[in-house]
Amino acid sequence: MNGLPVPNGVPISWFLLLSAVLFALGVAGFIIRRNILTVFMCIELMLNAVNLTFIAFANQHRQVSGQIFTFFVMVVAAAEAAVGLAIILTVFKNRETLNIDEVNTLRN
Amino acid sequence: MTQNLWIIPILPFLGFLVNGIFGRKLPKMIVSLVAVVSVLLSFGWVMKVYLTAGDLAANPVTEHYFTWIRSGAFNVGWDYTVDKLTMIMLMIVTGIGSLIHIYSVGYMEHEGGYYRFFAYLNLFMFFMLNLVLAANYLLLFLGWEGVGLCSYLLVGFYIVKHSATTAGNKAFIVNRIGDFGFSLAMFLIVVNFGTLDFGHVFAAAPGRPTGTLTAIALLLLLGATGKSAQIPLYVWLPDAMEGPTPVSALIHAATMVTAGVYMCTRSAVIFTHAPAAMETVAIIGLVTAAFAATIGLAQNDIKKVYAYSTISQLGYMFLGVGVGAFSAGIWHLMTHAFFKALLFLGAGSVIHACHGEQDMRHMGGLRKYAPITFYTLCCASLAIAGIPPFAGFWSKDAILAASYAHAPWMYWIGTITAGMTAFYVWRAMFMTFFGEYRGHGHPHESPVSMWGPLAVLAALSVVGGFLFNVPKILNSMFPIEEAAEVPWLVYVSVLAGVLGIGLAAYMYVVNLDLPERITKAIGGLYTLVYNKYFIDEVYDATVVHPLVEGSRSVLWRGVDQGFIDGIVNGVGQESKAVGGVLRLMQSGNIRSYATWVVLGSVALVIALGIAGGVSR
Amino acid sequence: MDLFFFLLFAIIAVVCGVNVIAQRHPISSALSLIGVMGSLAVLYLLLGAAFIATAQIIVYAGAVMVLFVFVIMLLNAGAEERTGRRSLIAQIFGIPALIGLLGVLCYFVQRWFPNAGVVNFDAWQGGSAQNIGYSLFTDYLLPFEVTSVLILIAILGAIVLARKELD
Repeated sequence: MNGLPVPNGVPISWFLLLSAVLFALGVAGFIIRRNILTVFMCIELMLNAVNLTFIAFANQHRQVSGQIFTFFVMVVAAAEAAVGLAIILTVFKNRETLNIDEVNTLRN
Repeated sequence: MTQNLWIIPILPFLGFLVNGIFGRKLPKMIVSLVAVVSVLLSFGWVMKVYLTAGDLAANPVTEHYFTWIRSGAFNVGWDYTVDKLTMIMLMIVTGIGSLIHIYSVGYMEHEGGYYRFFAYLNLFMFFMLNLVLAANYLLLFLGWEGVGLCSYLLVGFYIVKHSATTAGNKAFIVNRIGDFGFSLAMFLIVVNFGTLDFGHVFAAAPGRPTGTLTAIALLLLLGATGKSAQIPLYVWLPDAMEGPTPVSALIHAATMVTAGVYMCTRSAVIFTHAPAAMETVAIIGLVTAAFAATIGLAQNDIKKVYAYSTISQLGYMFLGVGVGAFSAGIWHLMTHAFFKALLFLGAGSVIHACHGEQDMRHMGGLRKYAPITFYTLCCASLAIAGIPPFAGFWSKDAILAASYAHAPWMYWIGTITAGMTAFYVWRAMFMTFFGEYRGHGHPHESPVSMWGPLAVLAALSVVGGFLFNVPKILNSMFPIEEAAEVPWLVYVSVLAGVLGIGLAAYMYVVNLDLPERITKAIGGLYTLVYNKYFIDEVYDATVVHPLVEGSRSVLWRGVDQGFIDGIVNGVGQESKAVGGVLRLMQSGNIRSYATWVVLGSVALVIALGIAGGVSR
Repeated sequence: MDLFFFLLFAIIAVVCGVNVIAQRHPISSALSLIGVMGSLAVLYLLLGAAFIATAQIIVYAGAVMVLFVFVIMLLNAGAEERTGRRSLIAQIFGIPALIGLLGVLCYFVQRWFPNAGVVNFDAWQGGSAQNIGYSLFTDYLLPFEVTSVLILIAILGAIVLARKELD
């Protein structure tokens, strides 16, 4: 990292690094966890990380379109959460399990 | 004014199309009418061209129809040309062709596949006429191959008979070996002359090196030995007797087998400038003549006798060409067409009379039952024996005189062969028409449609020799040389003929146990000759069998089944195997899918990074 | 001061994020996720996106996560079991893939944006409701309308998928 003598502000790249870390955590959770709901929450975590990136860039370029994009991401995430949870409810009704590994009949 | 030469071959071709496509549904009468009329009209047109074309020696008729091949500077057109040589060949082909078509109407009356026979016969006429009319080697070769094809189709006409189909294969395949030589000759011509057109090649030939011309001539000779049944490629002709007798008469006596002689005569310029090749031609012709005559002495099937006789007489023609007497060779071609066609057609009449019997040992005394056949065959046999004033005498004598002038030993062997010729032909005559009938059933004379052509051909065999003096006709192309007259040549050769007839009469009419005693006395030699010197067996063992076995084990099992099928099947197997491995990725487990996605995205980001990042 | 606030809330976010994936019970994960969203909202505020920050709290943390909690309650989801089928690929490649992803992202972030400027809080207030609204209803009108249709579809989908079967 370059520039660690106390800057008079926060470099943009730190926001981007934070976003990367949160994204990686989201991916990690997606791969590691077995509960469907937790996996879904990790998806939301990933979306939030990306939102942070957009806002950071919006600030850097002094444009508001980055924030507009974040707005739309949030809308879509909400819609997706609604529908996804409905699907999870249906799957649970059919299979009585929340283990993601059990939902594997779509295979060779 | 154009002579529209294309009409000559087109008419039989139309006959072929009509009979080939519709023949199955047409009544026999229409089929035969179409076939015969098309050839007769063709003959009529030939006569018309002859009468209206003026002096063909000075102004040969040439017609160009379209450009067949154009490749760079190399041009081959569909050109016909008629000069005096062509005119002789055209008259022979269409004239004798018409007679044989008429004869076939009677002969094939009770045979199956009637329309097929006439369709093939017409197709043969088309190709033969193309061969004769061609003005360049490629068109000649087209006709050459075409007649070979028709020979195969017609020899194997009785498709259910195994021996017939095998004979058809043999004819075609042995011909192909000759055609290979012809093709190589054509390639050499193209390389050296840049064109296949007769006019251009013959004009440029005298200037070329002898070695090249000898190579071309020898390769052309190879082709000719295949088509005209000379040593070493004669073996197909005796087997080709499996075909119906009119086929033997037309194709294997009068027209197709003469194509080789015609081709060599047409290429006379090349041959005369390659003396080594000419010598080879003469020697091959002479040896074949003698060799085939010896085999003919011992045969019992009447058609086989005439088949070997054909080979022998073709040998004479090649002898004539080889010693430089081109017009004598063509003269013999013409007279041979007359009497050999007559002999075969007569044999067909005899076979018809004996209800299919071909073995002469079961014939005899037929002159009571089939007198017309007898008298016409007498004319033919006298002609082939070289008795004056019949046709064969003039042409054979011209060849023998020329060969004496070239090399006396050739004359003596030729004369001895002439004696043998007379002997075996009259042996056949005596065995068939004299003595007591040794067969079963009641022999009868043939119908008019069959003895009509016999009569015409007999007349031609009598007068055809001195009526058509071919060397005079072809004087402009092959000038007659005034050689020193050796008077006793004629007498010796005629004497040989008479002796042959006399000996045959003695052995087969007067003293009937003599043949048996002689056969027993010379035992082994007789077996050798009777079995055609086992040449077929030798060819079979040295060439045919190894090829077939090699083909079967190496090419078929090894290369085709093992290698090629192995590759194709192997590709299939490999695909299946790879697919089987890739299939495991589809596990249905969401987490593994997610992992793949992450791995992929890492790779993508790295790739993007290496590529320099997104543009900003 | 800016640095301090940033570090504070960044650490809270990361810790809560780790907690999301580390907790056994989904409800704990949900609460941790709310914590992440909250700290992110503060960071948005610091970056001058006031409206978005508010929306984050109201919509994301307040509605979506509440929906999650409701579903957890409905399904009576318990703590995750240890056993069950494992994915071989995930076991072998999971952790390395993650580390690889993180490393790659960090590396490229550093390469591409080394001197991308510095943020001071309150340096830019461009994300006010007025600005967002103005932009939304002029430049981005069409996407705005389309998203309303999207929400409608999502409502319909959720209702159809999750209702009881009428037999």
